[in-house]
Amino acid sequence: METILVLAHTETDGSLAKPALEALGAAKSLGGTLIIGLVGENVQAAAHRIAGCGAAKFLAVSGADFTQARYATDAAAAEAIAKTAGASIIVAPATSRWNRVLSGVAHRLGGRADTHVTAISAAAGAISINRWYYRQRMEAVIQRAQRPWVIALDPGCCEAWQGDAGTATVENVAVALAEAQKRTTVTGVKAPAADQQTIRPDAPLLLVAGAGWTKKQADGQTHVPEAEKLILGFLKLTQASLGGSKSLVDLGGEGQAVLSFMTHLHQIGQTGSTPRHQKGLSTCCHGEEPHTVGWRFVNERRAISLDPNCGWARGKADVLYVADAFAVMAKVNEQLAAKKSA
Amino acid sequence: MSTPYQIVVCGSIVPDPLQTLEPAAGPAGPALKNEMMLPAVLDPWAWHALFEAAHLAKGAPGSKVWLVSIAPKAKLQQVMMIVAQKAPFELVAVDGPSSGFTEAAEAAAILADAIKAIPGLDMKKLLVFGGWESASRGAGATMQIVGERLGVTDQFQGVDKLTVAGDGSMEILERIEGGKHQVSKCAGPPAVFGWATGNLPEPPNNPQTGMMNMRTIMPSLQRAKPAKLGAEGVKFVSVTQPSQRRDTQIVKDTPPDEVAKQIVAWITGG
Repeated sequence: METILVLAHTETDGSLAKPALEALGAAKSLGGTLIIGLVGENVQAAAHRIAGCGAAKFLAVSGADFTQARYATDAAAAEAIAKTAGASIIVAPATSRWNRVLSGVAHRLGGRADTHVTAISAAAGAISINRWYYRQRMEAVIQRAQRPWVIALDPGCCEAWQGDAGTATVENVAVALAEAQKRTTVTGVKAPAADQQTIRPDAPLLLVAGAGWTKKQADGQTHVPEAEKLILGFLKLTQASLGGSKSLVDLGGEGQAVLSFMTHLHQIGQTGSTPRHQKGLSTCCHGEEPHTVGWRFVNERRAISLDPNCGWARGKADVLYVADAFAVMAKVNEQLAAKKSA
Repeated sequence: MSTPYQIVVCGSIVPDPLQTLEPAAGPAGPALKNEMMLPAVLDPWAWHALFEAAHLAKGAPGSKVWLVSIAPKAKLQQVMMIVAQKAPFELVAVDGPSSGFTEAAEAAAILADAIKAIPGLDMKKLLVFGGWESASRGAGATMQIVGERLGVTDQFQGVDKLTVAGDGSMEILERIEGGKHQVSKCAGPPAVFGWATGNLPEPPNNPQTGMMNMRTIMPSLQRAKPAKLGAEGVKFVSVTQPSQRRDTQIVKDTPPDEVAKQIVAWITGG
C-alpha cells in the first residue's frame, strides 16, 4: 500500500486555496495512508480547515522564512516534509509556487516528478496519471516504477475535497536554513489595477482577440481605438477573461498598432496558456492549430471570423459566425447592456 | 563596470508548430509518426531565452553565451542554419533524441554534464537559461533538475523580465496566477532562469553573426557525443490524440443584430 503525502502551501492569509483542496480530493481517491504536509508562515488554520480529511499525520514547515515563494526555502521545506513522511506518492497542486520547486525536490528525494497532471486514478494496485504532450496535442496515461513519485495536479481538474473543519495536531518539521538559501528575496507582486485586470482564470467565459482587430477594415483604415472600446466594453459587461493570439500579442514588438492592454500574459496557445473556461468566444482570429491547442480545455467554443474556411470551421468550434466582429460585438455590447439595465 | 556573465542556454528542437502531430508506437516507447521527416524549430521558449541571453551578454562586456542542445545531429544542423543568424553563441551539441516522451530527469543529467564540461566554467558568473517548459514534453521540470545537479538553488520559472542593477543584483519578474508577476531580487549568479516569452522581439537575421557562429557550430556537431536518453521506469499505458473534432455549425449571411442575439443568449444562458 502506498503512503500518500499531500503537499500544500498556505496563501498569504494562512488559508488553503482551491487547488490544494483539489489535490487533497484526488489523493483521497487513491486510498492508502494519507499524510498532510503544509508549508507557510502559519499553517495551523489550514490544518484545522482540513482536520476531517482522515490524515494519519499533519506535518508542517512554518515560520517567516517560508512566507515567500522562493525556490531555495520552498525546496528545503518540501524535501524535509517528504523525508519525514517517508511517502511513496506525493500529490501537490500545480500552483506557480510548487511548479517552481517540485521537480527539483523529486531529484533531491531520488524520485521522479510528473507535472501538469490532469487526472490520477488507482486500479488493480497501480496508480496511473493522465498528462498531455506536445502542448495538448496528445494525451498519455502513465504508470511509474520510481518512488517517491511527485505528482503536480493542474488546478481545475479534480473535485475539491469537502469535509469538516476540526482540530488538527500539527507536527513541526525543523528546517535549518543557511544564509545562502536567502540570497533571493521576494519583493512583491506586480499586477494591473483591479479595474484593469483582464485575466480572470475563474471566469466562466473567455474572449480571445486575434490580430484582425488591428488590421485595415473595409474602409481601408485601421480602427484600433474602436476595437479597444468594444473589447473592454464586452469584458466589463460579462466579466470575461481576455486572451490573445500570438500574432496579435507579437505586433507590439514589431512596431505595429496594438491593443494597449494586450500583453504576452494574455497569449493563448502553443507558446501561451491553456486556460480552463466553460465557454470561449474567439474574435478576428483564424483558429490555426498553434493557437487552438490552447483551447483544449475550453468546453463550448464559438468564433467570429470573416473567413468561412478558417481553422474554426474545420471542427474546432461549435459555431462559426462568418461576420464582421466590429459590427457583431457592437451589437452584442448593446444587447448585454440593455439586458443588464432591464 | 558591469559583471561579465557566462550564460548557458538549454534548448532542444521541436516539430514546427504548424505540423500535424500523431503518436506512433516506436521500439523504445511512444514516438511521433514520421518524426524524422517533420520540419523542426528551436523550442519556442528556449528561443526567447536565447534572445534574452544575447541581450544580457551584449550589455555586459566580456560575457559569453553557449547553447546546449540534445537533439539528433542532422536535424539540429538544419535548425542551426536559422538560429545561428539571430544571436552570437557557441553551440554545445549532444546527439540524442528530441522526443517529448523522454524523461526530464534523464535530459537534465545529460545537460548538467555538458554544462560542467564547458572549459573555464565559473560558477560565480554562471546564469543558466532555458524555456520554462518545452513544446514537446511540456513538463517544466528539466531546468530545475539541471540547477539541482549544478548546485544552483536560486531558481526562477516563467520569467518575463530580468533587470541587472548597478550593484550586480538582479530583479526578476516571474509569472504567477491570475495574470500577475512575482517580483524577486537575487544577489547575483549563479542562478537558473526558465523563461516564458520575455520582452524582446525576435532579432532580425544577421548573416555575419550566422557566419561567425557556424565556425563553432559545425565542429560542435561533429564532435557531439551520443547520449542515452529514454524514459526508464515509465510505462505508457496509452498515448492518444483527443477526439475533439466538432461538428461546426457555420452561420453566414446573417445580420450582425441576429448574430449578436445568438451570442448573447449563449453567454447568458437564455
